[in-house]
Amino acid sequence: MARNYMFLVLFVFLLIGSISNASIFSPISNSHRSIALELFTPLDGSFASIEEAYKALRTFDVMGIEKESNIKDSTCQSVVDILRSSDSALKELFHALKVNEMLKCELSNEAFTGIASRLKDGIGSASSLHDFYYAVGGLRVIKDQSSDVDVQLGDADGVFRAVKALSQSDGRWRYSSNYPESSTYAAGMAFETLAGVISLASTDVDQSLIESVKKDILKLFYGAEKYDDGAYYFDEKLVDGHEYQGPLSASSSVVVGVSAYSAATSDNLNLPGEKIHGLAKFFLAVEAPGNEEDLYHQIMALDSLENNRFSTPLILSLPASVLSLTRKDQLKVQVSTVFGSSAPLLSVKLKQIFSSESQDAAVINQELNFNSKDGLHYLDALPEGIDVGSYIFSFEVVLHDHENKKMFVTGGRSKVAVHITGVIGINAAEVAVLDSDVGSVETQKMLDLNGQNEVALTANHLQKLRLSFQLDTSLGHAFKPHQAFLKLRHESKVEHIFLIGNSGKKFEIILDFLGLVDKFYYLSGTYELQLFVGDTAMENSFLQHLGHVELDLPDPPEKSTRHPVQPVDLYSRYDPKAEITHIFRVPEKRPPRELSLLFLGLVFLPLIGFLVGLLRLRVNLKNFPSASVSSVFAILFHVGIGAVLLLYMLFWLKLNLFTTLKALGFLGVFLMFVGHRTLSHLAASSSKLKSA
Amino acid sequence: MGKTTTTKDAQALFQSLRSAYVATPTNLKIIDVYIIFAAVTAVIQVVYMTIVGSFPFNSFLSGVLSCVGTAVLAVCLRIQVNKDNKEFKDLPPERAFADFVLCNLVLHLVIMNFLG
Repeated sequence: MARNYMFLVLFVFLLIGSISNASIFSPISNSHRSIALELFTPLDGSFASIEEAYKALRTFDVMGIEKESNIKDSTCQSVVDILRSSDSALKELFHALKVNEMLKCELSNEAFTGIASRLKDGIGSASSLHDFYYAVGGLRVIKDQSSDVDVQLGDADGVFRAVKALSQSDGRWRYSSNYPESSTYAAGMAFETLAGVISLASTDVDQSLIESVKKDILKLFYGAEKYDDGAYYFDEKLVDGHEYQGPLSASSSVVVGVSAYSAATSDNLNLPGEKIHGLAKFFLAVEAPGNEEDLYHQIMALDSLENNRFSTPLILSLPASVLSLTRKDQLKVQVSTVFGSSAPLLSVKLKQIFSSESQDAAVINQELNFNSKDGLHYLDALPEGIDVGSYIFSFEVVLHDHENKKMFVTGGRSKVAVHITGVIGINAAEVAVLDSDVGSVETQKMLDLNGQNEVALTANHLQKLRLSFQLDTSLGHAFKPHQAFLKLRHESKVEHIFLIGNSGKKFEIILDFLGLVDKFYYLSGTYELQLFVGDTAMENSFLQHLGHVELDLPDPPEKSTRHPVQPVDLYSRYDPKAEITHIFRVPEKRPPRELSLLFLGLVFLPLIGFLVGLLRLRVNLKNFPSASVSSVFAILFHVGIGAVLLLYMLFWLKLNLFTTLKALGFLGVFLMFVGHRTLSHLAASSSKLKSA
Repeated sequence: MGKTTTTKDAQALFQSLRSAYVATPTNLKIIDVYIIFAAVTAVIQVVYMTIVGSFPFNSFLSGVLSCVGTAVLAVCLRIQVNKDNKEFKDLPPERAFADFVLCNLVLHLVIMNFLG
């Protein structure tokens, strides 16, 4: 069952993926903010480096996220440390100044004066674009923050020329004069640097220089790459080295740089509106990036697009792109800036509707009603003839105020994929058993596919099973779902799935059992019938049990294939295994310890009795040999017997039979020898006694 | 009346038995005491078994059989050593004792093996 629904889900994804050039771009939302908070989480309340702190704080600032006060304390501490230290790098100084600008850490004017002179020295000795960028950027920050400090560049023209000298013919820049590769990211940095130089200049910068950079910008825009969905981006051609930046950061750098440059020159750059709008689409299409670097670049670019001086892109988005005919959903359209701020007065027109099947466009040209309460544009009723299915709606945004047309870019026509769903009517459903040769109906049952069914059919291999039904939309059009399958399932869980074909509205399948006996593995018996009809646009997709059919198939011939063993449920493979219970021998009942010890004592009683008896009999050892040699043998004889008994004791306690027998062999020989000597001596002495 | 006569008869019988036994040689008496010792030890083990149960059955068997076996061997020794026994007249008692020792050693080898 679960597998069947997985098919359905797969189809939904395929359907969504199949509609190209009609991507939906939504403005930055709250979910984006929570992702930003997750990505820029400081470890133990402080950031790893001042650069990371700057990126996090800047992103929070733009997105309107409140800063935590404990971050401010620890970050300010490192800012002051960097600014006071005399050997901080330009990059660190720049980022520290930027952070200071946001956090307003307490720093004296004298400190700024010292830093300003160091930054100016840095410009004088700068050899690469990075040096210029950080030094000029730092001075810009000081200028904005403290009016008392002298940050004016005496030789602004010279600095401008030095930076401009790194530019390439196609509008891109090199990082330094001894580095041959040119980079788009570097171009963005250069524009920002030059904007800084212009604003720091004590006297106006040569106008021809400014104009030449404008030409560079236009050239760079000319080379912007385009996606199918109308998104534009700047590719980074520099592929080697650690300076490589992805298209996202390269495009972001250019947008930020151009925006800063246009703000500094306060001229109109006459950039193509389509490309600016395309860039906005590109940054929004990324949605929420997975790492902080990308998020920072995305948010910086969108911020520059939102607040630039040339033209602000307006984004058309749909709160809901799936509309239900049954619920009579209204088509709602939202037009806003990239950060979701409301747009100026404008009207939205639905121009065309493309059907995903026919590729024909219906020209509508209908204006949507603006509701000032929620800021959405409504289409009261869907145009006539819009049926269940997938469409691409083409909208046009028209600004009311003529002045606004210079300020905003709407990006021409926006194409948006819209899915219309509805209830599909199911009619004339019936299942029948036919006689094969003449095709006459043997049994026929009507089905109610909106309710429960339980048909019971019987058929043999000479007959056919026919299932038919009709599908139509509420407008009476034929509807072809993605899935229409009939499943026959034998008692032994062997399944057969048949695709149901259609001609127009009518869906029909005829199963000729004569041709299917081999496929059915000659398995007679009860088959369960299941029908499933499903489509993403069909609100009443179903998987239904229809009943069962009792099939009487011939016996299998000898060489027929056996039906495959049905795989056990895959999920059960991961189930816990049955618990193993170990069976141990139950220990025998033992007597209480005291009782055993008592009997151990008792066993010694007869021994004592034996010894007492011996004493009563007045036994003596007078017969023990007294001669030295024979007494030695007699003693050895007794020692030998004792040794054998000791060996038996050891055998009981730890030795095995073989070692015991080996030792016993030697002991036995010894015992026999001494025993023979002792006893023969005794015999001799007793016979002597007798004879005497 | 009859009871007293039977008691008297029995007493007379025991008297005659005791007087006859006193004449038995000391070495045979030693063997008799030894046999009684072995038999009583066996009886104690059997009593223990009836109280407790026969769980280490091989141990019980080897214990009892050790006693019974050694008693039997002692009986054999007594038969052979007895001078009144004409059948073993030619057999010296030392030889009989050597047999007794050998048989006991073999018996106890088996008993130890069986003890477990």
